[in-house]
Amino acid sequence: MEQHLIYASASMVLFCLGLYGVIAQRNLLRKIMALNITGSGVFLLFVSIAQRDAVDFADPVPHAMVLTGIVIALSSTAFALALARSIHRETGRQTLRGEPSQEEEADSQREQSG
Amino acid sequence: MSAMEWALDGVLAAAITVVAWRALTVREHFQAIVLFITFGLLMALAWVRLSAPDVALAEAAIGAGLTGVLLLDALHYMGLFPGRRQTGETQVEKELSARWARLLAFLVLGGLGVVLLGVVFNLPREAGGLAGQVQGAMEKSGVEHPVTAVLLNFRAYDTWLELGVLLLALIGVLCARGETTLASGHSLSPKGQVLDWLVRWLTPVLVIVAGYLLWLGKTTSGGAFQAGVVLGAAGVLLWLSGEPVLERLPGILWRGLAALGFAAFLAVGLASVFTGRYFLEYPEGWAGALILWIECAAAVSIGCILAALFSAMHPPRQSQRSSGGQPKEGEE
Repeated sequence: MEQHLIYASASMVLFCLGLYGVIAQRNLLRKIMALNITGSGVFLLFVSIAQRDAVDFADPVPHAMVLTGIVIALSSTAFALALARSIHRETGRQTLRGEPSQEEEADSQREQSG
Repeated sequence: MSAMEWALDGVLAAAITVVAWRALTVREHFQAIVLFITFGLLMALAWVRLSAPDVALAEAAIGAGLTGVLLLDALHYMGLFPGRRQTGETQVEKELSARWARLLAFLVLGGLGVVLLGVVFNLPREAGGLAGQVQGAMEKSGVEHPVTAVLLNFRAYDTWLELGVLLLALIGVLCARGETTLASGHSLSPKGQVLDWLVRWLTPVLVIVAGYLLWLGKTTSGGAFQAGVVLGAAGVLLWLSGEPVLERLPGILWRGLAALGFAAFLAVGLASVFTGRYFLEYPEGWAGALILWIECAAAVSIGCILAALFSAMHPPRQSQRSSGGQPKEGEE
């Protein structure tokens, strides 16, 4: 198995893990982290293919795209965090309305069992 | 590929996957963020293994460093001001449906993962890509490093718009803040001698390192983004140690600096159009010089935007008083 295949497989696992995290995690910060992990999976695939296409150097066009992508991922993370902090300031919740947070679920489970 | 290299890559890829999985599943949020930063650093190692040192520099600084700082800061402030705990409607039905939904998501995404792995293994094994074409065009590019050539010459349009996206993010964060100034009601100012001394020494070093990285971009890995991130890190460090530099600058100055990179690109592009070329088509022999000037403007811009993004996360003075929370002074 060539080197690029090892990282390409890991990248697809990362992508699916991150996507599951976005869906299953209720806390907004954790959702944002999961989104970042998904993005990193995609970048890993890009750079693995660039390594496969190497001449004297690895294909620089995917590298440039991934550099751009990392910066843009940071921009959207920053904006998403600003919105999350706004939500927290307005409502006191770290989750979206209608979704119980982990702590609230734990409390209600204790109430029901106790 | 030798057995040692195979083992190294295999272990690194496995470590990346496991750390990502743990970061997604641990209960405690602080632990998750620390694992996420670790994940970013392991990714930087993976970039090095994949012959992508530029990406490694950017990932370590932005992906692990700056994103981690933003997440930790958000977690910290959300903990300091918990606000009213709203009693949610946590009925049994809601829990069950959530569990069903999660199982379904797990199955669907597991299936997707298998399909994607199949796709990856069926990718063509021969080289394709644009490396050969880039190599052929390098003499005309004005720099000696292929990634810099692609970023600032062949795909300069993308880089220009990327600076635009950064600006948009800053505008968005300022909108979410509710105010367009950067002044915030509280800043962490732990008056410790070690931190004082460290920041006093580190800040000029960071500026010099940024300049060096900028200059390196012509011949090897480096360039505007890496330099800009180091400058941004200096700004964040100053804010964290109680010297919010950007707040103290006149509004027009830090806003002008933030827009400088985008504007420089735009000016060069329009100048090309007005002299009869395509947008952002550098004139013969001028490519090297123009790239350097654009990179300088972009680096300063990126540093300013990143530091401003961090500062603008914190609520302005007035809303601090009107909310219920009382800040604990002198924390951490």
